[in-house]
Amino acid sequence: MSDDQPAITLYRLQACPYCERVVRVLDEQGLDYHSRFVEPMHSDRNVVKRVSGKRTVPAIVDDNTGVTMSESANIVDYLESTYGNGEGA
Amino acid sequence: MVDFDVVELPPHDAPGVGDTAPDFTRPLVDDEYWEDTSLSDLTDDGPVLLVFHTMDGAFPSTYVWNNLRDRGVLEEIQAVGVSISSPYEHKTFVAERDVDARFFSDPAAGVAADYGIENDLDDMTGITEHRPAVFLLDETREIQYAWVADEWPDFPDYDEIVAAVDER
Repeated sequence: MSDDQPAITLYRLQACPYCERVVRVLDEQGLDYHSRFVEPMHSDRNVVKRVSGKRTVPAIVDDNTGVTMSESANIVDYLESTYGNGEGA
Repeated sequence: MVDFDVVELPPHDAPGVGDTAPDFTRPLVDDEYWEDTSLSDLTDDGPVLLVFHTMDGAFPSTYVWNNLRDRGVLEEIQAVGVSISSPYEHKTFVAERDVDARFFSDPAAGVAADYGIENDLDDMTGITEHRPAVFLLDETREIQYAWVADEWPDFPDYDEIVAAVDER
Protein backbone atom coordinates (compact mmCIF):
# COMPACT_ATOMS: atom_id res chain seq x y z
CA MET A 1 0.00 0.00 0.00
CA SER A 2 2.69 2.49 0.95
CA ASP A 3 5.53 3.49 -1.31
CA ASP A 4 8.12 2.11 1.08
CA GLN A 5 6.70 -1.37 1.35
CA PRO A 6 8.94 -4.38 0.74
CA ALA A 7 9.65 -5.41 -2.85
CA ILE A 8 8.39 -8.95 -2.35
CA THR A 9 4.63 -9.53 -2.15
CA LEU A 10 3.46 -12.94 -0.95
CA TYR A 11 -0.07 -14.02 -1.77
CA ARG A 12 -0.99 -16.53 0.87
CA LEU A 13 -3.79 -18.35 2.61
CA GLN A 14 -3.95 -18.42 6.39
CA ALA A 15 -2.51 -21.70 7.74
CA CYS A 16 -1.61 -23.04 4.28
CA PRO A 17 1.46 -25.26 4.83
CA TYR A 18 2.91 -24.51 1.38
CA CYS A 19 2.69 -20.80 2.13
CA GLU A 20 4.37 -21.28 5.51
CA ARG A 21 7.15 -23.17 3.75
CA VAL A 22 7.82 -20.09 1.61
CA VAL A 23 7.67 -17.81 4.67
CA ARG A 24 10.29 -19.95 6.37
CA VAL A 25 12.65 -19.53 3.42
CA LEU A 26 11.98 -15.78 3.22
CA ASP A 27 12.88 -15.55 6.91
CA GLU A 28 15.95 -17.74 6.48
CA GLN A 29 17.17 -15.47 3.70
CA GLY A 30 16.41 -12.38 5.76
CA LEU A 31 14.14 -11.00 3.05
CA ASP A 32 11.54 -8.32 3.70
CA TYR A 33 8.12 -9.16 2.32
CA HIS A 34 4.53 -8.21 2.81
CA SER A 35 1.60 -10.57 2.78
CA ARG A 36 -1.74 -10.39 1.04
CA PHE A 37 -4.14 -12.91 2.51
CA VAL A 38 -6.72 -14.34 0.13
CA GLU A 39 -9.85 -16.44 0.30
CA PRO A 40 -9.94 -20.14 1.09
CA MET A 41 -12.35 -20.54 -1.83
CA HIS A 42 -10.23 -21.20 -4.90
CA SER A 43 -12.85 -19.68 -7.22
CA ASP A 44 -12.76 -16.38 -5.30
CA ARG A 45 -9.07 -15.76 -5.80
CA ASN A 46 -9.29 -13.57 -8.87
CA VAL A 47 -6.58 -11.26 -7.64
CA VAL A 48 -4.08 -14.13 -7.63
CA LYS A 49 -5.20 -15.19 -11.10
CA ARG A 50 -4.67 -11.66 -12.40
CA VAL A 51 -1.21 -11.50 -10.91
CA SER A 52 0.16 -14.96 -11.61
CA GLY A 53 -2.17 -16.52 -14.17
CA LYS A 54 -3.28 -19.17 -11.65
CA ARG A 55 -5.49 -19.20 -8.58
CA THR A 56 -3.05 -21.21 -6.49
CA VAL A 57 -1.19 -19.94 -3.46
CA PRO A 58 1.50 -19.34 -2.50
CA ALA A 59 2.42 -16.92 -5.23
CA ILE A 60 5.07 -14.24 -5.03
CA VAL A 61 5.73 -11.04 -6.93
CA ASP A 62 9.32 -9.85 -6.62
CA ASP A 63 9.72 -6.25 -7.73
CA ASN A 64 13.50 -6.57 -7.33
CA THR A 65 13.68 -8.90 -10.31
CA GLY A 66 10.29 -8.56 -11.99
CA VAL A 67 9.60 -12.22 -11.29
CA THR A 68 6.11 -13.56 -10.54
CA MET A 69 5.91 -17.19 -9.53
CA SER A 70 3.57 -19.86 -8.16
CA GLU A 71 4.07 -23.22 -6.44
CA SER A 72 6.09 -23.45 -3.28
CA ALA A 73 8.86 -25.72 -4.58
CA ASN A 74 9.53 -23.36 -7.48
CA ILE A 75 9.44 -20.35 -5.20
CA VAL A 76 11.82 -21.92 -2.70
CA ASP A 77 14.27 -22.78 -5.50
CA TYR A 78 13.97 -19.27 -6.88
CA LEU A 79 14.54 -17.57 -3.52
CA GLU A 80 17.49 -19.74 -2.65
CA SER A 81 19.17 -19.37 -6.03
CA THR A 82 18.49 -15.62 -6.24
CA TYR A 83 19.18 -14.58 -2.66
CA GLY A 84 20.98 -17.55 -1.10
CA ASN A 85 24.66 -17.64 -0.33
CA GLY A 86 25.33 -20.41 -2.78
CA GLU A 87 23.89 -23.22 -0.69
CA GLY A 88 20.47 -23.07 -2.34
CA ALA A 89 21.32 -23.00 -6.03
CA MET B 1 -37.87 7.48 17.86
CA VAL B 2 -38.89 5.92 21.16
CA ASP B 3 -40.92 7.23 24.11
CA PHE B 4 -38.24 6.62 26.71
CA ASP B 5 -34.72 7.84 27.29
CA VAL B 6 -32.15 5.96 25.25
CA VAL B 7 -29.25 4.67 27.32
CA GLU B 8 -26.42 7.16 27.55
CA LEU B 9 -22.81 6.11 27.07
CA PRO B 10 -20.20 7.31 29.56
CA PRO B 11 -17.96 10.25 28.64
CA HIS B 12 -15.36 9.47 26.00
CA ASP B 13 -11.84 10.65 25.42
CA ALA B 14 -11.83 10.85 21.63
CA PRO B 15 -9.74 13.35 19.67
CA GLY B 16 -11.62 16.31 18.19
CA VAL B 17 -11.45 18.74 15.30
CA GLY B 18 -7.92 20.09 14.88
CA ASP B 19 -6.29 17.13 16.63
CA THR B 20 -4.11 14.67 14.75
CA ALA B 21 -5.77 11.28 14.52
CA PRO B 22 -3.56 8.53 16.01
CA ASP B 23 -1.87 6.39 13.39
CA PHE B 24 -2.25 2.62 13.53
CA THR B 25 -1.54 -0.50 11.49
CA ARG B 26 -4.01 -3.33 11.08
CA PRO B 27 -5.04 -5.76 8.35
CA LEU B 28 -7.05 -3.78 5.79
CA VAL B 29 -9.66 -5.80 3.93
CA ASP B 30 -11.03 -5.14 0.46
CA ASP B 31 -13.13 -7.39 -1.74
CA GLU B 32 -10.12 -9.51 -2.71
CA TYR B 33 -7.52 -9.74 0.06
CA TRP B 34 -6.19 -8.18 3.22
CA GLU B 35 -2.79 -6.86 4.12
CA ASP B 36 -1.24 -4.90 6.96
CA THR B 37 -1.80 -1.23 6.22
CA SER B 38 -1.31 1.97 8.17
CA LEU B 39 -3.87 4.74 8.38
CA SER B 40 -1.08 7.11 7.31
CA ASP B 41 -0.61 5.07 4.11
CA LEU B 42 -4.19 5.98 3.24
CA THR B 43 -4.02 9.65 4.21
CA ASP B 44 -0.82 9.93 2.14
CA ASP B 45 -3.13 9.28 -0.83
CA GLY B 46 -5.70 11.91 0.21
CA PRO B 47 -8.43 12.67 2.75
CA VAL B 48 -10.00 9.74 4.56
CA LEU B 49 -13.40 9.21 6.15
CA LEU B 50 -12.66 6.96 9.14
CA VAL B 51 -15.76 5.17 10.42
CA PHE B 52 -15.72 3.17 13.63
CA HIS B 53 -18.69 0.86 13.92
CA THR B 54 -20.18 -2.08 15.75
CA MET B 55 -19.13 -5.57 14.78
CA ASP B 56 -20.24 -6.57 11.30
CA GLY B 57 -23.70 -8.07 11.43
CA ALA B 58 -25.04 -5.76 14.14
CA PHE B 59 -27.76 -3.58 12.65
CA PRO B 60 -26.00 -0.22 13.28
CA SER B 61 -23.17 -1.27 10.95
CA THR B 62 -25.67 -2.12 8.25
CA TYR B 63 -27.56 1.19 8.71
CA VAL B 64 -24.45 3.38 8.70
CA TRP B 65 -22.84 1.83 5.64
CA ASN B 66 -26.11 1.65 3.69
CA ASN B 67 -26.55 5.37 4.34
CA LEU B 68 -23.01 6.31 3.36
CA ARG B 69 -23.38 4.24 0.19
CA ASP B 70 -26.83 5.55 -0.75
CA ARG B 71 -25.86 9.20 -0.17
CA GLY B 72 -22.92 8.85 -2.54
CA VAL B 73 -20.33 9.60 0.14
CA LEU B 74 -18.22 6.61 -0.84
CA GLU B 75 -17.85 7.97 -4.36
CA GLU B 76 -16.58 11.30 -3.02
CA ILE B 77 -13.92 10.19 -0.59
CA GLN B 78 -11.74 7.29 0.43
CA ALA B 79 -13.75 5.67 3.22
CA VAL B 80 -12.55 3.04 5.66
CA GLY B 81 -14.34 1.21 8.43
CA VAL B 82 -12.94 -0.19 11.66
CA SER B 83 -14.56 -2.90 13.76
CA ILE B 84 -13.60 -5.90 15.84
CA SER B 85 -14.75 -8.25 13.10
CA SER B 86 -12.28 -10.63 11.52
CA PRO B 87 -11.04 -10.17 7.95
CA TYR B 88 -13.32 -13.02 6.86
CA GLU B 89 -16.38 -11.22 8.24
CA HIS B 90 -15.27 -7.96 6.65
CA LYS B 91 -15.05 -9.64 3.25
CA THR B 92 -18.61 -10.90 3.61
CA PHE B 93 -19.75 -7.45 4.76
CA VAL B 94 -18.15 -5.70 1.75
CA ALA B 95 -19.94 -8.10 -0.58
CA GLU B 96 -23.31 -7.98 1.19
CA ARG B 97 -23.43 -4.21 1.59
CA ASP B 98 -21.92 -3.61 -1.86
CA VAL B 99 -19.86 -0.73 -0.49
CA ASP B 100 -16.88 0.91 -2.15
CA ALA B 101 -14.84 0.97 1.04
CA ARG B 102 -12.18 -0.98 2.87
CA PHE B 103 -12.24 -2.23 6.44
CA PHE B 104 -9.62 -2.51 9.15
CA SER B 105 -9.85 -5.55 11.38
CA ASP B 106 -9.15 -4.72 15.04
CA PRO B 107 -10.38 -7.73 17.07
CA ALA B 108 -8.62 -6.72 20.30
CA ALA B 109 -9.99 -3.15 20.00
CA GLY B 110 -6.53 -1.67 20.48
CA VAL B 111 -7.39 1.12 18.07
CA ALA B 112 -10.49 1.85 20.17
CA ALA B 113 -8.20 2.33 23.16
CA ASP B 114 -5.90 4.62 21.14
CA TYR B 115 -8.90 6.76 20.17
CA GLY B 116 -10.55 6.73 23.62
CA ILE B 117 -13.72 5.12 22.26
CA GLU B 118 -13.81 1.68 23.85
CA ASN B 119 -17.27 0.25 24.32
CA ASP B 120 -17.54 -2.73 26.70
CA LEU B 121 -20.58 -4.71 25.67
CA ASP B 122 -23.07 -5.62 28.37
CA ASP B 123 -23.33 -9.35 29.01
CA MET B 124 -20.94 -10.25 26.18
CA THR B 125 -18.12 -11.04 28.56
CA GLY B 126 -14.67 -10.27 27.25
CA ILE B 127 -15.85 -8.32 24.21
CA THR B 128 -14.92 -4.68 23.83
CA GLU B 129 -15.66 -2.97 20.55
CA HIS B 130 -15.48 0.53 19.10
CA ARG B 131 -18.01 3.14 20.08
CA PRO B 132 -19.60 4.40 16.85
CA ALA B 133 -17.59 7.40 15.64
CA VAL B 134 -16.80 9.19 12.39
CA PHE B 135 -13.71 11.28 11.65
CA LEU B 136 -12.88 13.17 8.48
CA LEU B 137 -9.10 13.40 8.11
CA ASP B 138 -6.99 15.48 5.77
CA GLU B 139 -3.68 14.36 4.24
CA THR B 140 -1.84 15.06 7.51
CA ARG B 141 -4.41 13.11 9.59
CA GLU B 142 -5.68 16.36 11.09
CA ILE B 143 -9.32 15.92 12.05
CA GLN B 144 -11.66 18.14 10.02
CA TYR B 145 -14.91 16.73 11.34
CA ALA B 146 -15.67 14.47 14.29
CA TRP B 147 -18.72 12.71 15.62
CA VAL B 148 -18.76 10.26 18.54
CA ALA B 149 -21.81 8.39 19.79
CA ASP B 150 -23.27 9.64 23.08
CA GLU B 151 -26.07 7.10 23.33
CA TRP B 152 -26.47 3.41 22.72
CA PRO B 153 -27.39 3.14 19.97
CA ASP B 154 -26.57 6.43 18.26
CA PHE B 155 -26.13 7.35 14.61
CA PRO B 156 -24.16 10.07 12.87
CA ASP B 157 -25.86 13.01 11.17
CA TYR B 158 -25.37 12.02 7.55
CA ASP B 159 -26.14 15.51 6.26
CA GLU B 160 -23.28 16.82 8.38
CA ILE B 161 -20.96 14.17 6.99
CA VAL B 162 -21.97 14.98 3.42
CA ALA B 163 -21.41 18.70 4.09
CA ALA B 164 -18.02 18.10 5.69
CA VAL B 165 -16.90 15.90 2.80
CA ASP B 166 -18.14 18.49 0.27
CA GLU B 167 -16.31 21.32 2.05
CA ARG B 168 -12.94 19.66 2.27
